[in-house]
Amino acid sequence: MDILVCVKQVPDTAEIKIDPVTNTLIRAGVPSIVNPFDKNALEAAVQLKEAHGGSVTVISMGPDQAKAALKECLSVGADKAVLISDRLFGGSDTLATSYILATAIKKLGKFDLVLCGKQAIDGDTGQVGPEIAEHLGIAQLTFIAKIEVSGEKITVQREHDEGYEVIEAKLPVVCTVIKSINEPRYANIKSKMAANKAVIEVITAADLPEIDLTKIGLKGSPTKVKKTFTPPRKESGIRIQEGTGRESALKFIEKLVVAKLLNRGC
Amino acid sequence: MGNILTAEQKELVEMVRNFAIKEVKPHVKELDESGEFPMELLKPAFEMGLHCLEIPEEYGGAGLDYQTTAAVFEELAKVDAGYAISLVTTFVALRSVIMAGNEAQKKLFADMIIPGAFASFCLTEPNSGSDASSMRASAVKDGDEYIINATKCFVTNGGVADVFVVFASTDKSKGVKGISAFIVERSRPGIVVGKHENKMGLRLSNTTDVAFVDVRVPADHLLGKEGTGFTTAMNTLNVSRAFVGTLAVGICQAAIDEAVKYAIERIQFKKPIGQFQAVQMILADMEIQTEAARQLVHHAMILMDDNKPVVKEGSITKAFCGDTVVKVTTDAVQIFGGYGVSKEYPVEKLMRDSKVFQIFEGTNQIQRIVIAKEMLK
Ligand SMILES: Cc1cc2nc3c(=O)[nH]c(=O)nc-3n(C[C@H](O)[C@H](O)[C@H](O)COP(=O)(O)OP(=O)(O)OC[C@H]3O[C@@H](n4cnc5c(N)ncnc54)[C@H](O)[C@@H]3O)c2cc1C
Ligand SMILES: Cc1cc2nc3c(=O)[nH]c(=O)nc-3n(C[C@H](O)[C@H](O)[C@H](O)COP(=O)(O)OP(=O)(O)OC[C@H]3O[C@@H](n4cnc5c(N)ncnc54)[C@H](O)[C@@H]3O)c2cc1C
Repeated sequence: MDILVCVKQVPDTAEIKIDPVTNTLIRAGVPSIVNPFDKNALEAAVQLKEAHGGSVTVISMGPDQAKAALKECLSVGADKAVLISDRLFGGSDTLATSYILATAIKKLGKFDLVLCGKQAIDGDTGQVGPEIAEHLGIAQLTFIAKIEVSGEKITVQREHDEGYEVIEAKLPVVCTVIKSINEPRYANIKSKMAANKAVIEVITAADLPEIDLTKIGLKGSPTKVKKTFTPPRKESGIRIQEGTGRESALKFIEKLVVAKLLNRGC
Repeated sequence: MGNILTAEQKELVEMVRNFAIKEVKPHVKELDESGEFPMELLKPAFEMGLHCLEIPEEYGGAGLDYQTTAAVFEELAKVDAGYAISLVTTFVALRSVIMAGNEAQKKLFADMIIPGAFASFCLTEPNSGSDASSMRASAVKDGDEYIINATKCFVTNGGVADVFVVFASTDKSKGVKGISAFIVERSRPGIVVGKHENKMGLRLSNTTDVAFVDVRVPADHLLGKEGTGFTTAMNTLNVSRAFVGTLAVGICQAAIDEAVKYAIERIQFKKPIGQFQAVQMILADMEIQTEAARQLVHHAMILMDDNKPVVKEGSITKAFCGDTVVKVTTDAVQIFGGYGVSKEYPVEKLMRDSKVFQIFEGTNQIQRIVIAKEMLK
């Protein structure tokens, strides 16, 4: 199966410092890394390739320095890496970004599966993956913790707070993956050296003649950021799951008593 | 070594550093206590190809130059020198094969190692240490086979190796000129692994006796010609000595990193102890000696990458690095005061790990004999 993985180069947030005066992030000098969830997406792709054969292509939209991220992907199992880069793409919001990525994906060929991370650790919107699916006109499976493929059929585990859903779909689809799907491998010294020497293909706006220039860049981006803030954390509840229903009920009563919501006497 | 590496070398080094810190470091304390061989932790090292850095590309290895390999191993040694030596020893055996072996032997050896395996270098015997030429091991030709009988000791990787390079005499009457080297696969009948040494340091490394009792190997497992074994052993050790230096430098750096951190944190007389000049002098000397050791290693690696002989340079490097690591780790313990000797703190282990660097691969006395001989010849 032929798989395409979208990766974003992001600043290493573990290294980011806050400017004490302006209270904003100091991005200068911060090393860039491959978005961690995208590493999981790539690892999932490489494992599927190892099991079913085929190829893994990675793409990234970004400036020239994003080639470093793509080389890292080559060193851990990607067969081909393409940078999508043009001044005209600068200033794109998620809608424009996903439109450009989808247009590039169509140009690169037919893929059975497109994998993205669940979100980028800097932008954090989690919108690009689902939007790519819409632009490509194919199904989307989000927050995926497990992927199995047999023939034309993909079966996934979709995680959410309450547990997971098992979903089946017909290929091709877009999947966005979460961290628990796998543990990304380390590069091999040999593959690392080969990747360092690799020449990365670049796709520019001129290579995508069918692209609608009104839908890209700052002008093609409808998003207006009014305010950014951290929403309050949701309080998590308590789950009581003892050996038997009776034990669970007793434990529940016990908790109510401790919380003084119930008197033991009654 | 930051400034002498290219961008590409730095990337490899950083990759290995990240791996060692994330995957190995969390387990080191426990394994140092148990003395258990960290096979599970070494498997990812195989996946990364750290066991075939030096295997030439034509045999499927990474074909790294000595300088880069050394920089990579300094990083591993910073986290644990015993872990590093398990991988490094495979190369010691490998070098004998690369130096003295023919194409078929190099391929045979590489094919065994590349999937992920260890090798051992079996020279030392209970009664033949510094005086390696006095070994009792024998190899007797029988048709198109040799029958090896030997009792080797202090064999690094002895209990875990898939293949051994064994030195044994094919002609006792010729003394040193009768010693030969053989490739011996673990799978051959008659190999008995003895007890694992309960060592003071390098406790993550496996060190055992290995007895070879009527072990038959095909005649084509002889490396080079009969009688060239001792030269092979010495040529191998010449190259390996600088590598031992690399590991010592790694331990020194770990000791410095810990000592500096502690000197900043520890308050006495209302000041961080690092503010006292007496402590600063110790720290500065640790840094001077370590940097000098590192430069010696680097110089030896440059010579070796250039195929220049390193008989004297290898011995200078090994002796200096071995003495330095003992001094620097002892100083680190001093800076930690009473906590330095506590197993709760990281530096006593470094001091325990350091001592063997004055002993193996030829004691530092023997290194000085080699250096003086070169000077006087
Ligand atoms: C008005 C506006 C202007 C902006 N201007 C700029 C700008 O000038 N320069 C700039 O760098 N950013 C700019 N951005 C940010 C940019 O839109 C987002 O970084 C980008 O769209 C990805 O969104 P995200 O980070 O939330 O990714 P998410 O949607 O959280 O990412 C999900 C997944 O999508 C994939 N993905 C995301 N981005 C890429 C990519 N670039 N290449 C390949 N795969 C990807 C990855 O698989 C990722 O895991 C701007 C945003 C806005 C709203
Ligand atoms: C952890 C560890 C791992 C090892 N791994 C291996 C391995 O993988 N393969 C292998 O073959 N060997 C290995 N060795 C063996 C090591 O190389 C020997 O221990 C070393 O060469 C010294 O030999 P010895 O222990 O017999 O000491 P001896 O030779 O008995 O030396 C005892 C003391 O006498 C001194 N001395 C001896 N001769 C002279 C002289 N002529 N002039 C001045 N002083 C002298 C020595 O310097 C030393 O201080 C290992 C040893 C250790 C401790």
